[in-house]
Amino acid sequence: MNKLALVTLSAVVLTLAACSGSGRKTGDSGSSDSSGAYGNAGAGGASGTDAGSASNAGGAGAKVPAGRVVFFDLDSSELKPEGQALVQGWAAYLSANPSAKLRLEGHGDERGSREYNISLGERRGNAVLSGLTSQGVAARQLSVTSYGEERPVDLGHGEAAWAKNRRVEFIP
Amino acid sequence: MVLLALLGGRAEAGLEITVTGGDFAALPIAVVPFAGAADLGLDLAALVSADLSRSGQFRTVDPAGMLERPATPEQVDFRNWRAIAVDNLVLGQVVRSGGGLAVRVQLLDVLRGRQLEQFEVPAPDSRRLRPVAHRIADLIYQRLTGVAGYFNSQIAYVAVTGPVGNRLHQIVIADSDGYNPVTVASSREPLMSPAWSPNRQTLAYVGFERGRSAIYIHELASGALRKLVSERGINGAPAWSPDGRLLAITLSFEVNSDIYVIEAGSGVRRQLTRNFAIDTEPDWSPDGSEIVFTSDRGGQPQIYVVNSGGGEARRITFEGRQNSRARFSPDGKWLALVNQDENGYRIGLLDYKTRALRILSEGPNDESPSFSPNGAVVVYAVQSRNELATVTVDGRIRQRLSQPGDVHEPAWSPVAP
Repeated sequence: MNKLALVTLSAVVLTLAACSGSGRKTGDSGSSDSSGAYGNAGAGGASGTDAGSASNAGGAGAKVPAGRVVFFDLDSSELKPEGQALVQGWAAYLSANPSAKLRLEGHGDERGSREYNISLGERRGNAVLSGLTSQGVAARQLSVTSYGEERPVDLGHGEAAWAKNRRVEFIP
Repeated sequence: MVLLALLGGRAEAGLEITVTGGDFAALPIAVVPFAGAADLGLDLAALVSADLSRSGQFRTVDPAGMLERPATPEQVDFRNWRAIAVDNLVLGQVVRSGGGLAVRVQLLDVLRGRQLEQFEVPAPDSRRLRPVAHRIADLIYQRLTGVAGYFNSQIAYVAVTGPVGNRLHQIVIADSDGYNPVTVASSREPLMSPAWSPNRQTLAYVGFERGRSAIYIHELASGALRKLVSERGINGAPAWSPDGRLLAITLSFEVNSDIYVIEAGSGVRRQLTRNFAIDTEPDWSPDGSEIVFTSDRGGQPQIYVVNSGGGEARRITFEGRQNSRARFSPDGKWLALVNQDENGYRIGLLDYKTRALRILSEGPNDESPSFSPNGAVVVYAVQSRNELATVTVDGRIRQRLSQPGDVHEPAWSPVAP
């Protein structure tokens, strides 16, 4: 009987090395400094923790920018003025440090369907990527991952939570 | 109105069920506690009764309200059942032969005072009796409604627990009544979009590894797992073709999200849609000739249809601000989808021929509808409560399914062969 066969299902654990490779952080899976970044994010994203890895060799004074997140309006992938300011800071840093890499993680709020939100998160990540390349950053320094609504920073169900979750995170 | 709170004494932690709503036009039926079942540790008749009641097609009778409890048809006095306005009566006897168990069931027509049917359901494993009860309920449902039952089916869903920064994502398969949950995949990164193969032996789903997404094919009996595709960007929204040979999926590595058709065995694929807008969430018509999908090429997400062999896509939804994530009913006559207007995101049922839309759920943030294998019920996610719900397609009977944490993306399996 199929029913019985299903009892014996073996559970598959998709392994995930939390942090692999040099200088490439993987999102928020358990790393405490990224929750610190979220804390800043709520306040506007441009102050506080310098995230440790400031001196990424190379350019004197070209520090890793502190701002790690930009926010978006509902169903929108348009960069707002404060987002553009953050992008400029990152563009300067990445141009001065051509070996530095940046991963852009696109996210959405819980409204709308999940796979559509994955695509919308990618569109937001690409909007930031375009902002950076238009200011001279090499495309090879950049990558985009979308988690859609699967990785909220606020688990609430109201506008305040949604506004925090519609974001692109900058992960050096 | 809360009609019934079902199923005390849950065998193991699983989805907890609450049924709300009811309709007294439903067929009144009584399932008498089965003879010889006292030492089974499980009230089979109560489970059969709960299945029938949850379907919305039947109004069941609590044993406390029964005037007699006959063990066999010979003991029935039909006047005792006409007196409490019961149309149909179910009796059962647990029979032991050799090492095994079986349940013999009689379905009686109270008004005509005669037996409609007798059948015997084997119970090869006395520790696994719930499927036996579901099988009995399926047979009664089919005999009285003329439509195949769906109780002996399962629901796959995504369960997420833990605080932000330390979330555990799991794909769980439970019986259609929420019991016997089995975790089939588990990850610290998101798991998404479980999709049953038509033969119900395989689940396709989306996982992430170090930030890279992939579509996985998981053989349930053996546990064998393989990566079907993992391009740069999005690998998502798998939907099996009716013959189980192909999947429609979303990939974004070429330009942005478009629909592709990929062979489950070889991984050979072709691009089906090509558009600078988002195209995603494909689903096949039951005859395999068409694929519906979500696209925002018109500005907002709406449902479009394209021949599965390729060609021009046509928009088919026009009501509300957005429509997304459509799923065909098993007979192809309906699409269950997410409709958004000023009332929020609600599950809608679209008549595929006339394009008439009927709203099935209350919102404000419902998503991921999936049809029961007989098309009579839709299961969906209620995000405002982090739980699942079902509703009969006529909107009469509602049921909530919850467990600790966040439960979403239900996918109803085909029925057991």
